[in-house]
Amino acid sequence: MATTVARRMERAWAEPRTWRTWLTTVDHKRIGVRYLVTAFTFFVLGGLEALIIRAQLALPDGRLVGPEAFNQLFSMHGITMIFLFITPMLSGFGNFLIPLMVGARDMAFPRLNAFGYWVFLASGVFMYGGLLFGVAPNNGWFNYAPLSGRAFTPGLNIEFYVLGLIFLGISTTAGAINFIVTILKLRAPGMTIARMPLFCWALLAASFSIVLALPPLTAGNIMLLVERRFGFHFFSGPGGDPVLWQHLFWIFGHPDVYIIFLPAVGIVSSVIPVFSRRPMVAYTWVALATVATAVIGFGVWVHHMFAVGLPQISMGLFAAASMIITIPSGVQVFAWIATVLGGRPRLRTPLLFCLAFVVVFVIGGVTGVMFASIPFDQQVTDSYFVVAHLHYVLFGGAVFPVFAGLYHWVPKITGRLLNESWGRWSFWLIFVGFNVTFFPMHIAGLLGMPRRVWTWPEGLGWDPYNLLATVGAFVLAAGILVTAVNIVVSRRRGEAAGDDPWGGDTLEWAVGSPPPEYDFAVIPDVRDRHPNWDREARLRDAERAVGRTPVPAEGHRTVATTVLDAEPSEILEMPHESGWPLLVTAALALIFVGFLTEAELAVAAVGTILFLVGVGGWHLRTDAPETAR
Amino acid sequence: MGSVERAEPFYRESQPTTGTMGMLLFILTEAALFASLIVSYFFLRFRATALWPPEGIEAPDLLLPSVMTVILLSSSIPMHIADAGIRRGSRGRLRVGLLCSFVLGTTFLVLQAFEYSESLRQFTPQTNAYGSLFFLITGFHGAHVLGALLLNLWVQIQAGRGFYHGERHATVRNVALYWHFVDAVWIAIFSSLYLAAA
Amino acid sequence: DERNADPPSRVTRRLGVAVGFLAPVLFVTCRGDQSALDPASPEARDVATLWWVLFAISAVVVAVVTMLVLVASLRRPRALQRGWGGMGLVVVGGVIVPFLILVVVFVITVATLPSVSAPPRGEARVTVDVIGRQFWWEVRYPDPGFVTANEIHIPTDTPVELRVRSRDVIHSLWVPRLSRKIDMIPGRTNRILIRADAPGVYRGQCAEFCGLAHAQMAFLVIAETPDRFAGWVSAQAGDAAAPVEDGAAQGQEVFLSSSCVACHTIRGTEATAAVGPDLTHLAGRRWLGAGTVPNTRGNLGGWIVDPQRIKPGNRMPPTSLSGPELQALLDYLETLE
Ligand code: HEA
Ligand code: HEA
Ligand code: HEC
Ligand code: CUA
Ligand SMILES: [Cu+2]
Repeated sequence: MATTVARRMERAWAEPRTWRTWLTTVDHKRIGVRYLVTAFTFFVLGGLEALIIRAQLALPDGRLVGPEAFNQLFSMHGITMIFLFITPMLSGFGNFLIPLMVGARDMAFPRLNAFGYWVFLASGVFMYGGLLFGVAPNNGWFNYAPLSGRAFTPGLNIEFYVLGLIFLGISTTAGAINFIVTILKLRAPGMTIARMPLFCWALLAASFSIVLALPPLTAGNIMLLVERRFGFHFFSGPGGDPVLWQHLFWIFGHPDVYIIFLPAVGIVSSVIPVFSRRPMVAYTWVALATVATAVIGFGVWVHHMFAVGLPQISMGLFAAASMIITIPSGVQVFAWIATVLGGRPRLRTPLLFCLAFVVVFVIGGVTGVMFASIPFDQQVTDSYFVVAHLHYVLFGGAVFPVFAGLYHWVPKITGRLLNESWGRWSFWLIFVGFNVTFFPMHIAGLLGMPRRVWTWPEGLGWDPYNLLATVGAFVLAAGILVTAVNIVVSRRRGEAAGDDPWGGDTLEWAVGSPPPEYDFAVIPDVRDRHPNWDREARLRDAERAVGRTPVPAEGHRTVATTVLDAEPSEILEMPHESGWPLLVTAALALIFVGFLTEAELAVAAVGTILFLVGVGGWHLRTDAPETAR
Repeated sequence: MGSVERAEPFYRESQPTTGTMGMLLFILTEAALFASLIVSYFFLRFRATALWPPEGIEAPDLLLPSVMTVILLSSSIPMHIADAGIRRGSRGRLRVGLLCSFVLGTTFLVLQAFEYSESLRQFTPQTNAYGSLFFLITGFHGAHVLGALLLNLWVQIQAGRGFYHGERHATVRNVALYWHFVDAVWIAIFSSLYLAAA
Repeated sequence: DERNADPPSRVTRRLGVAVGFLAPVLFVTCRGDQSALDPASPEARDVATLWWVLFAISAVVVAVVTMLVLVASLRRPRALQRGWGGMGLVVVGGVIVPFLILVVVFVITVATLPSVSAPPRGEARVTVDVIGRQFWWEVRYPDPGFVTANEIHIPTDTPVELRVRSRDVIHSLWVPRLSRKIDMIPGRTNRILIRADAPGVYRGQCAEFCGLAHAQMAFLVIAETPDRFAGWVSAQAGDAAAPVEDGAAQGQEVFLSSSCVACHTIRGTEATAAVGPDLTHLAGRRWLGAGTVPNTRGNLGGWIVDPQRIKPGNRMPPTSLSGPELQALLDYLETLE
């Protein structure tokens, strides 16, 4: 062995930077960055839609756009933000970070990972295709029946919704399975389940929620599709019932908000200890709170249906569950506060976003608890009070952490620090703009303003709140723009970040910025919850990496370990670049586009054949390395 | 680099491989999908105040579906034999087992087509929610049987090329798991759509 | 590391500004035609009280958390003694106190439930059927049996049962000053009780997204003294008076010979369709197009010629009539007291 371990690894893992590998890459870091960039692009699109909405609603009797355009705009805004921005954005962080945090060289199924990204992209483009043709979904993000039926919405609008979400669901499910297996099986030796970073706990819990919560939505969408296309009856017609859709949607929908929220708080639990320069307080409690939130989240969906006229007993049970779910959130909130209190905080941009997150999330959380109080919910449901709550928890509870995450990890991704004073400007613009936008909506709602109205009359006392909200939205947009520019500019001009600019405790800080293609030359051995603060062990890894002696699992491989104790159990041969994921995505896209036409079955048949060929090709190659035992 | 491997003997039989874990999770999400459909069935059934099945549709006849159930469930036995066989290195048992389960699965689908032609005389998916649920759920399951048959065929072809042996059989295990799952789901469907409605 | 530290004073100032900005927004007028905070019935008052209690609890929670966050971030680094574990804060702040608060919240929730429940059979003295339509409200009084639209008249101080249904998609009936909202779902009938303390006009609006004109699907609840209510009922129960003047008679001709008859009912004439609102006593109503424009001659003319301009997406098509025809039609419709 003439060369160093690191050299040899480089040779084994290098993906040539050609247009071909641009299409065939399976590197979790490249894929993660793609997720981040694509999702952020959808954020800007969804944000621009929101700005049009706010411009329309600024003054009474707004006539900037008509009702049809408005309905497509608010529907696409909600769908974009939930499905195409925040969920994939957090998957992007997960993709980039999880293998690094657990000390692996890639995700468990790298090609499935590439496939997940392509499907996400294709389904997003698919849904926006509807907007281009003026037939985007126009029935809101929860798409209630029977308005979604062919009798009331004959256009292709609802097909874009139904097919787009089934399509996207494939990506989300594939991603979730990949995260679970990576987190449970690819942790570096010694990283027992009780030493796992809290971000991993968060993704693990969210991914299990996806695996179990997405199917009701998919089932509902399949039923709606065949009802619209082939005249079946589930939500209308003889024997059908529109309330069935509501149950199916919200059995998905409520867990979904925690699917969004949990990874976001995982980011917070990663950032706060680093910037407080001490370990997270109550690690075990926070980890359990994460799991508890995901579990209880399956038992509260009826709180979205309190005005439907269901029996009071059942509403009471769901109200109680909705209140109980506060406790895990309370545990986390006070654990973050205690960590900062007991630490030596550095008020840099990531921490600012986290602290602001704590405050605005609690505001959103307490209005959630108000909704759990059935009579109050029956008064304000479907009003702007709900719009206020949902932005406090979604923007406050998830987008603030995303920004914290960007300021925290973009230096790891690009190797350059972001500009701190721009960061502060961005933070204050976002913090002020956010509150000015969404706080007044509480009041508008209490004053009787329903949501999803394309225009509103004067004389009901809503005027100041709507105007404030609109002004705030533009301030908010400016704040977001500052961060976007900051990231672009610092890629070229930023200060070099070094491996570990913040003194982080998790393993992503043990490798270069940006990390090498193989992530870790030597699979690290982990001895406590803060492997990167374990200087002795990391120095030893570094020495072995520049040495010439072969190390375990060298080559295009990574190590699998046991689920709980993280003892080595298997060496995995990792797959190389592959074009099959893209081909299979194309086949699926063909099937879904086909359903927009009258020849759906014929096109589906062609697509299915292509799909089978793709899957076959993909697996012909997987089978080969099975020899590795 | 062989020396590295010998130095570190990895692979514990007792641990699920990453692939198997992935398959189990896929099965979990599919199970949730079937559960959603079956729960929808009961939801609409209990919303219906009148008869179930509705006026003009007879309660399902149990004879043919029971035969189908026996056939489908028994197909899991040769599948298990195939899986267990290759783990002990027997390619013969693998191939025969796969073939038997393939034949049984196909028979199930043929009988289902026959059953459909009977049902369609009374009601179609467009008749009412009962018809819609019946055909959607059983049809969706039928599609899964078809998928499982394709996987079976794939393993059979690979086996024909001499691909699997005592040390290389993870795919067989995963396909077998899926096969058993598709069989198990049928038990739920049979109990809800047939037994409970008869 | 210390290069990262920010002088606290700057941050304090900025945070102070932000908080100072928000506070006044909070305590502003609660009044308004459609304000849940300006209740006009015992039921709505119970819900408003519930809100103020919830608000007070929440304000304290938010204030405590905000204060802790400020203290944690603004005190000098290293102020707290080393070795502080923080578990006590987590257990007390995150589990014990919230649990106690939640018990209180649950109890007051359950205590308020009766105010928002469906009325026990026999309690209501007036029953009204309200049927949601895209994008207006069909209002039926089973006793003595007549139909009107977009206005619900009730006697004051009397429990009134609304039985709500839908003919097409889901709507939601909401009169914030009188009661909670209740969904109108095809295939189901929901019941709520409303009542008003004093005579007055209470605006309501459709709260469930129902399509293009969802934003313009409002209605009025008009509470009158029982006497006046009884008078209104007997007037509504009658057919439309036959037109006396020439112009009006001509107008009736126009109405009956154009497309109007295909959709509308005017009791006492051959017009008996039920696609659109019953127009028998149209002139007695205050607004047109489900609360979209006041019922004036000008607006009525504008509505008939081009309802889509006034309320885009509603289900009434434009009609082309000659000037004189339109004037005659308006003369007629104005007689429908
Ligand atoms: C990230 C997303 C997210 C999160 C985290 C939450 C969190 C919560 N939500 Fe929210 N919710 C949404 C996203 C989210 N929600 C969305 C998108 C909608 C609208 C959907 C639509 O209609 O379009 C919605 C709507 C919604 C409704 C239906 C409203 C309606 O339409 O009528 C209800 C009803 O109960 C509800 C409840 C709750 C509760 C109880 C919590 C709890 O989890 C909150 C718990 C947290 C705290 C309470 C703060 C921290 C705790 C403490 C500091 C301890 C002390 C506190 C107390 C004792 C109060 N939410
Ligand atoms: C994560 C989720 C998320 C996020 C981040 C947002 C962000 C915003 N949302 Fe939205 N919203 C929802 C989720 C979200 N929303 C959901 C689920 C609904 C319900 C939908 C339904 O009813 O079906 C909803 C509904 C909703 C409504 C109610 C619509 C209605 O009921 O009729 C409104 C109204 O004001 C609104 C406003 C805004 C605004 C102003 C922002 C702002 O925060 C946006 C700020 C972002 C930008 C402005 C983009 C960035 C801008 C730039 C980078 C600069 C400009 C770019 C260039 C110059 C190129 N949202
Ligand atoms: C295709 C059906 C249709 C035809 C034809 C039609 N209308 Fe209408 N009309 C409606 C509907 C539906 C509404 C309710 C619109 C809404 O508020 O959403 C309505 C509302 C009205 C209203 C307002 C009622 C109220 O209380 O708000 C008036 C007045 C009216 N129509 C008059 C007429 C006249 C006069 C004609 C003929 C020239 C006519 N309509 C033709 C369907 C029709
Ligand atoms: Cu009717 Cu909204
Ligand atoms: Cu919820």
